[in-house]
Amino acid sequence: MPESEQLLALYREMLIIRYTEEQLARSHQMGLIHGACHTYVGEEAIATGVCAHLRPDDAVFSTHRGHGHALAKGVSPHEVIAELFGRSTGCSEGRGGSMHLFKPEVGMMGTSGIVGPCILQATGAGYSFKLLKSDQIGVAFFGDGAVNNGAFHEGLNLASIWKLPTLFVCENNMYATEVPFAYSAGNPHVGNRGPAYGMESLTVDGNDVLAVYEAAGEAIQRARGGEGPTLIECRTYRTRAHAEGMRDAGYRTPEEVEAWKARDPITRYNGWLLENEEAGPETLAAIEAEVKEMVADAEEFARNSPWPEADTVSEHVFSQR
Amino acid sequence: MRELTFVEATLEALDSAMARDPSIFVVGEGIGARGGNFNTTVGLFDKYGPERLCDTPISERGFVGMCAGAAMTGTRPVVDFMFFDFILDAFGELVNQIAKMQYMSSGRLKMPILLRGAIGIGHSAATHHSGSYYPIFAHLPGFRVVVPSVPSDAKGLFATALQSDDPVLFLEHKSLLFNRGEVPEGEYTIPFGQARVAREGTDCTLVAIGSMVDKTLAACERLAEEGISCEVIDPRTIAPLDMETVLASVHKTGRLLIVDETFQPCGVGAEISAQVIDRGFDDLDAPIRRLNGAHVPTPYSPTLEEAIVPEAAEIEQSIRDLLAE
Repeated sequence: MPESEQLLALYREMLIIRYTEEQLARSHQMGLIHGACHTYVGEEAIATGVCAHLRPDDAVFSTHRGHGHALAKGVSPHEVIAELFGRSTGCSEGRGGSMHLFKPEVGMMGTSGIVGPCILQATGAGYSFKLLKSDQIGVAFFGDGAVNNGAFHEGLNLASIWKLPTLFVCENNMYATEVPFAYSAGNPHVGNRGPAYGMESLTVDGNDVLAVYEAAGEAIQRARGGEGPTLIECRTYRTRAHAEGMRDAGYRTPEEVEAWKARDPITRYNGWLLENEEAGPETLAAIEAEVKEMVADAEEFARNSPWPEADTVSEHVFSQR
Repeated sequence: MRELTFVEATLEALDSAMARDPSIFVVGEGIGARGGNFNTTVGLFDKYGPERLCDTPISERGFVGMCAGAAMTGTRPVVDFMFFDFILDAFGELVNQIAKMQYMSSGRLKMPILLRGAIGIGHSAATHHSGSYYPIFAHLPGFRVVVPSVPSDAKGLFATALQSDDPVLFLEHKSLLFNRGEVPEGEYTIPFGQARVAREGTDCTLVAIGSMVDKTLAACERLAEEGISCEVIDPRTIAPLDMETVLASVHKTGRLLIVDETFQPCGVGAEISAQVIDRGFDDLDAPIRRLNGAHVPTPYSPTLEEAIVPEAAEIEQSIRDLLAE
């Protein structure tokens, strides 16, 4: 069980992700976001539970649904919102948008518009860290849609044969856009696939932040200790549409969505903290108010930020050296 | 000066860079104890061990994507493809990730990855072991594309590639790998984007790439006996492309033929032609001509294979035709 301070930090981090995502959804409706916006609402426990164990020099590689990973890894809501607004103060200085959030200074090595490569790149980070004899680790977050891609097979095999310090976190939210995972996987138990590669693997409730925290903690300790990679399947659900502005019907039932909303990771954790007297209602309310204000400030910062200068468009194709 | 083969020259550059920089490692199939199918890493496994000379499964997409992640996190991978054709299984990792990473991250990530492989037609290698494909990569922003033609250039350009923070494709024509040539001792680098004038002349300009350089020089030797003076330019790097040297030469000669084994449509010759028309139109005394390998998959049978690659006699005839314009 984490210390009290850590328990509250987990709560605060999930709220940062939730409030930022809800702000982004509103901003999308107002036309302030120019491209795609895939929110992480409902899945906050996973990024939070994993990244709580990571240092700034650990490397995270993420997906198209990656705002939560960036925030949990230490990118500020200001830099995330500004990036989606296309402003020069965004974490990718307006060159990336939602699916290309980069802040290597805190180990956020990119969200991605392509499903799969993050698995290989996290494997490569593991290779670097092993070669450099450091105790850093590489972490890949990816959805169920990635595990039937060749990158999953090749990446897990390479990480296994060289015992790389890499953690593979599958966020199984049951749908690849609208294609059910139950339809597209011959073996729908991702958490059972590790042994096929000679690797530890397990399944956890991805809507239970403490379960994720515990499983990730053990796997990360093994990776840092040279004991190799782990695959963790986190069962979860996105409660908003695949992307903002998309229809969200025809492939899942309202009853299913409501059932998962009843398992909301933040509401559940709030209840757990109160029940176990880890925090009183005032403490939690104070955290909620503080985070709300931070996100409101971030939105204002983003909205008032300058656009990138058009004459910088050709910079950074190659290194400046 | 001492002579080395192409392979020995790049091996010398790789060895000295690896001795100096512990973040350099090599991956590929059979590049460990075996020393590489084309002897590209002979002796290095014993010196630097299995983590820095890392034999891989046949998993091209996997290890290329992995090396992208490694390059983002403080090491300098060298991917040895053996045959460059095998790179195509990793095309998405190259185009969507490796080429774009520096830009996507607004320059805060570097992509110091060297991708090498043997290209070109010959020895009945047939169509899965004969590709060159460099015009495809030159088309995309983010790649450095190197196609050397002599061992001394190979060594200097390889040394530059090992110091570059950009992704570099280093492509060695199979027919050149065991050619010998004079190679300076010690470490030296040759900058990208600087063509080499392989032969000076006044009557026409020939731009020749990779294995076509020697064949073009042989054609020029024969023509010289008749008093015809040709200038031969070896671009050495396709991206960046040194157009200044080409334009200066065309200014002098007024005639241009581009000789390239790779396909003609949308190729390097098309790009060079367009730039010369754009920037040197008034210097031209004749239409620009291109001589390329045939636009077909590579056939196996020697008679068919010979039919698709430009040879010295054909180059000679093309020069005569151009001079007759």
